[in-house]
Amino acid sequence: MDFTVAELSRLQFALTAMYHFLFVPLTLGLSFILVIMEAVYVMTGKPIWRTITKFWGMIFGINFVLGVATGITMEFEFGTNWSYFSHYVGDIFGAPLAIEGLMAFFLEATFVGLMFFGWDKLSRVAHLGVTFMVALGSNLSALWILVANGWMQNPVGAQFNPETMRMEVIDFGAVLFNPVAQAKFVHTVSAGYVTAAAFVLGISAIYLLQGKWRGFAKRSMAVASAFGLASALSVVVLGDESGYTLTDNQKMKLAALEAMWETEPPPAGLTLIGWPDMEARETYYGVHVPWALGLIATRSIDKEVTGILALVAIAETRIESGIIAYDAVQRLRASPADTAARAQFEAHKRDLGYALLLKRYVNDPRQADAAMIKKAAWDTVPNVPLLFWAFRFMAGIGFYFIALFALAFWLSTLHAFDNKWFLRLAVLSIPLPWIAAEMGWVLAEMGRQPWAIDGVLPTFLGASSLTVTEVIITIIGFTLLYGALAVVEVGLIIRTVKMGPYAHAGEQREPSGHGARAASIPAE
Amino acid sequence: MEIPIDYESLRVIWWGLMGVLLIAFAATDGFDLGVAALLPFIAHTDAERRMVINTIGPTWEGNQVWFILGGGAIFAAWPFVYAVSFSGFYLAMFVVLCALILRPVGFKYRSKREDERWRAFWDWALFTGGFVPALVFGVAVGNVLTGVPFRLDADLRAFYEGTFLGLFTPFTLLCGVLSVAMLVLHGAAWLTMKAEKGPVRDRARLYGMFAGLLAILCFAGGNLWAAHGDLGFRIVEGVDPAGASNPLRMLSEAAPGAWLSNFAQHSWMWIAPVLGYAGLAIAVLGVALAIEALAFSGSTLAVAGIIATVGLSMFPYILPSTIDPRSSLTVWNASSSHLTLFVMLILTVIFLPLVLAYTAWVYKVLWGRVTTRDVTSNPSMY
Ligand code: HDD
Ligand code: HEM
Ligand code: HEM
Repeated sequence: MDFTVAELSRLQFALTAMYHFLFVPLTLGLSFILVIMEAVYVMTGKPIWRTITKFWGMIFGINFVLGVATGITMEFEFGTNWSYFSHYVGDIFGAPLAIEGLMAFFLEATFVGLMFFGWDKLSRVAHLGVTFMVALGSNLSALWILVANGWMQNPVGAQFNPETMRMEVIDFGAVLFNPVAQAKFVHTVSAGYVTAAAFVLGISAIYLLQGKWRGFAKRSMAVASAFGLASALSVVVLGDESGYTLTDNQKMKLAALEAMWETEPPPAGLTLIGWPDMEARETYYGVHVPWALGLIATRSIDKEVTGILALVAIAETRIESGIIAYDAVQRLRASPADTAARAQFEAHKRDLGYALLLKRYVNDPRQADAAMIKKAAWDTVPNVPLLFWAFRFMAGIGFYFIALFALAFWLSTLHAFDNKWFLRLAVLSIPLPWIAAEMGWVLAEMGRQPWAIDGVLPTFLGASSLTVTEVIITIIGFTLLYGALAVVEVGLIIRTVKMGPYAHAGEQREPSGHGARAASIPAE
Repeated sequence: MEIPIDYESLRVIWWGLMGVLLIAFAATDGFDLGVAALLPFIAHTDAERRMVINTIGPTWEGNQVWFILGGGAIFAAWPFVYAVSFSGFYLAMFVVLCALILRPVGFKYRSKREDERWRAFWDWALFTGGFVPALVFGVAVGNVLTGVPFRLDADLRAFYEGTFLGLFTPFTLLCGVLSVAMLVLHGAAWLTMKAEKGPVRDRARLYGMFAGLLAILCFAGGNLWAAHGDLGFRIVEGVDPAGASNPLRMLSEAAPGAWLSNFAQHSWMWIAPVLGYAGLAIAVLGVALAIEALAFSGSTLAVAGIIATVGLSMFPYILPSTIDPRSSLTVWNASSSHLTLFVMLILTVIFLPLVLAYTAWVYKVLWGRVTTRDVTSNPSMY
């Protein structure tokens, strides 16, 4: 295995996925905000709500195309860059991706054209239905991709088949109802709703600060603050801890994001801030809150949260057991009817993946010495300081948004929209949800290291047999292309925002009907 | 659970479904690619270009999902094929992805600014997004037909030993040109039906006629090559249609001319190439005489016939290896497990008809010609 190719492929995957996820959350949230706005239009018949829907719809469209464009890369990247991964788990992992296409992408992509082109061709209710289909489609797509991603974190319902040398499904229900996937789905779509609500809130605040289009901005703000408050509560309350007791690796992730080296007697304390040191295996300057972690992570006061050192010791014994499983697989390959080998495999198959960790140091894990086993066991510790800080940024932003939206909601029930410092705060908060979401992915994906599939397949084995040059060419290519598109995209959004809701084509020029009346409403 | 359909049948069904997906992609997104490839040549003024773009503007996105679903379905049903082909064609995939990334952006961004240079830039981006994928898909199919230089090791890890430039040989380029010509014809047929009567439509018809004739020549050239060239593989030992998906148990050898042996054994298969030729001829006639129903149904039949010809001639091969007689991927050794194929089939049977139903409804709502007046008076158009 060429480690550089694996490292570069990780870099490329991280770049392209994190770029894709710049557009995803806005799509997820804005699509539902559009449904709410348009529903108000259908119910009240007030043209201003149509203007509001169309304006945010235009921004949605600009963002949506980049989500689609960058998603195409993702769909094929498993095959191009993670070829052995694709073979090894395709039997399970491919299914949610295919279902996503069939059930979700068709829905959103077929209806999104009609959403823009169908205003004059459909009744109001039918058009609302179309908008709803777009929202439903994009949220279903999040469900299926997170079922896939959740399975990588907690690979249930599958087992290794020595005949085909890969993982195969035994229980699809377990894959679908994987608790990690469920938690991820709720948390991630809520994150999208927060993102969109903060965006609408912030842009509306810009208009109010400039004294422009006040009727438009106030109404948009009212929707955003109610929707945002609900979502911010959901993102925090439904944070992802629930999955952390399920597997050794998830436990490792929890210990790492808390920088908890030793197991503490239950209920464990929470380190609010501190300075984790990978070399010394200690956390300096920690500020502790007693009990908090145990309560959050285990939802109990008597279960313990295992520390990193103890988990490394467990990894070591699992590697030893994995070597026995590996040996059995080799024997079964030579003679499939060997019942002793079959029994040996059945007894140790749970740990097969752990033996593969040794492939980093030796071609045949059975030849590994004690030092290699020790090193491989320590490889199961992810980058502790990174996870520690990524988690704290995300969670901090989460609590901040509860406060911000609560304030916004309160002000909007009072119709007090002119608090200058609140408006400025809302504008400054626009980028925060994106930062939190990207931190969340760094936490989830870096925390999974060194595994591509938790306990099953180490990341470095998953890569394709490419040359370093090839991967460098594509990394540079994607960076240039994506960079250029980002500039164009931001430019267009800024232009659209500057032109404002009534410059939108259609709202002044439309010959008759509600659009015309909308245009004649002065900007208060 | 007892799985009610046996493994062998499920593999054949999924092989057929892969063909259905490819044909659906080429028949729907194919005309989007063709129209985009024609854009700079048939439309000269800005209003003309916008009209052309808007004939596909509201629906290309849904069409493109056939391509994405193709990727996902191959991943789920034929993980080996997904793993080996996309990593093998690495740089070619990259080129296609870049072109396909430009396309959505081109549609959405082009008309957002009045600036002439801006619009001209996106017109060429759209052209690239149509022409390049059409060409590379054809070249890729050509490579599948000639076989690909890859081998699997004992762990079933795939190693590709070709180069990017090695993908382009006279035969694969012939396939590439066939693919471009076929999709340009399909795009022209779409415009015959969807664009207002006038100079743009007439130019499209002219290009379509020319592309159709070229496609007939290329298809014939490909058929001759299959008969007299060095194409073809056959299985020597180890066929087990219901066996475990492990390619190493089977042995292949190169057998020039073997791609025709299926037709010799099963004469009903001749339907596919006949449909290909007949469809092309009907489509050429249709665009020449401006009979739009004829043109579009002809080009759709041609797309289906040509793709089916390739698939049927190779059965049971999906991806033969030119350098290792034990690595070739076939219908019998490259699929996912029995259970996965079954569950995915159930889902497909439920959801595919739904997709077809709402897609048809959307096309119905948007039915009718697009005119240059529309694009100047209706501001929500691209
Ligand atoms: C939580 C949400 C989420 C996550 C984690 C991902 N995506 Fe995504 N994706 C969406 C949510 C989404 C979406 C909201 O549905 C998008 C974004 C914008 C859009 O147009 O649809 C989308 C678009 C999108 C498209 C284009 C669909 C179309 O044409 O309509 C593809 C092919 C993918 N994605 C594939 C992927 C893959 C293979 C991912 C994993 C590596 C991935 N996405 C991560
Ligand atoms: C769109 C949101 C996502 C973001 C921002 C994201 C982020 C990342 C990051 C930062 C890495 C690099 C980790 C490392 O190598 O240290 C990574 C790797 C990876 N992620 Fe994600 N990820 C996302 C979604 C997904 C999903 C939904 C899946 C699977 C369905 C997935 C599968 C992978 C794989 C296969 C790798 C490469 C192997 C590895 O390093 O483990 N990612 N991602
Ligand atoms: C107190 C607040 C929060 C808590 C306790 C929390 C908790 C978590 C945890 C533990 C993970 C890691 C999941 C894993 O290991 O797989 C995670 C991931 C993530 N978080 Fe948060 N989070 C909070 C706030 C936020 C906010 C405000 C956002 C964005 C607006 C956000 C977006 C994400 C995303 C996108 C992921 C990656 C997807 C996933 O793994 O679910 N989070 N969060």
